[in-house]
Amino acid sequence: MKSIRKKGKTVEQAVELALKELGVSREEVDVEVLDAGSKGIFSILAKDAMVMVTVKQDNADFVFRFLSQIINAMKVNVSIDVKEEGNHIFVNLQGPNVGLLIGRRGETLDALQYLTGLALNKRTDEYIRVIIDGAGYRVRRKNTLIRLAEKLAKQAKKTGKKITLEPMPPYERKIIHTALQNDPAVKTYSEGLEPYRRIVIEAKQ
Amino acid sequence: MKELVEILAKALVDRPDEVYVNQVEGEQSIILELKVNPDDMGKVIGKQGRIAKAIRTLVKAAAAKEGKRVVVEIIQ
Repeated sequence: MKSIRKKGKTVEQAVELALKELGVSREEVDVEVLDAGSKGIFSILAKDAMVMVTVKQDNADFVFRFLSQIINAMKVNVSIDVKEEGNHIFVNLQGPNVGLLIGRRGETLDALQYLTGLALNKRTDEYIRVIIDGAGYRVRRKNTLIRLAEKLAKQAKKTGKKITLEPMPPYERKIIHTALQNDPAVKTYSEGLEPYRRIVIEAKQ
Repeated sequence: MKELVEILAKALVDRPDEVYVNQVEGEQSIILELKVNPDDMGKVIGKQGRIAKAIRTLVKAAAAKEGKRVVVEIIQ
């Protein structure tokens, strides 16, 4: 949980300063007054107020509101379902326009997921992973990749040639590595640099 | 479109009150000029431009619906 102490001439001013530094609104924090301060008789005797401002840890709520804002601004009609499990947040988007938020090969979905993760983790102390899916796209993609891996492994074994796949993001490569790790006849590795890193499937001698 | 860039940038920077987006409209394209506090430049660009790329991807998706070409420029 993120919290900071702030001094100000008055309690209100101290809270104000803390909110600005945290970049959150009043509804998103708990305020504890450590010292109410005093105006003093003359300004010489004035004492600053001190507050402790803590960002309320409602990650699921934050993610829901953040995505609602974005989806509104993009003028797409989808519903947002947010689930929190440990330090993971799972989001499922559903609706007639969800394809627009998925994009080619999930490119838009990845961008949305990446930016939501950044925005959320800016407000938290421990790292929270955000996973966004649209109409079950990630599950379908995973199955496609596993089928592809098995098909190409067969081909590699038959021809004895190396097979290089197209560039993929890290989690997609992991799906392929995992799918083939128990196949004793082939090995897989990645080559190249992100974002063009690609998998190579090779038959073992 | 302008609103989308504003929401994204404000959520990423340390000084959301210093995020400005200026929309320049052309016949077929729209240019969105994003300006943030100099200390926040890295927060909207990211390593190897990864954050900027993600912002552009979302804007492109939103723009495709309206049939316009939208360019996001991060200015100093």
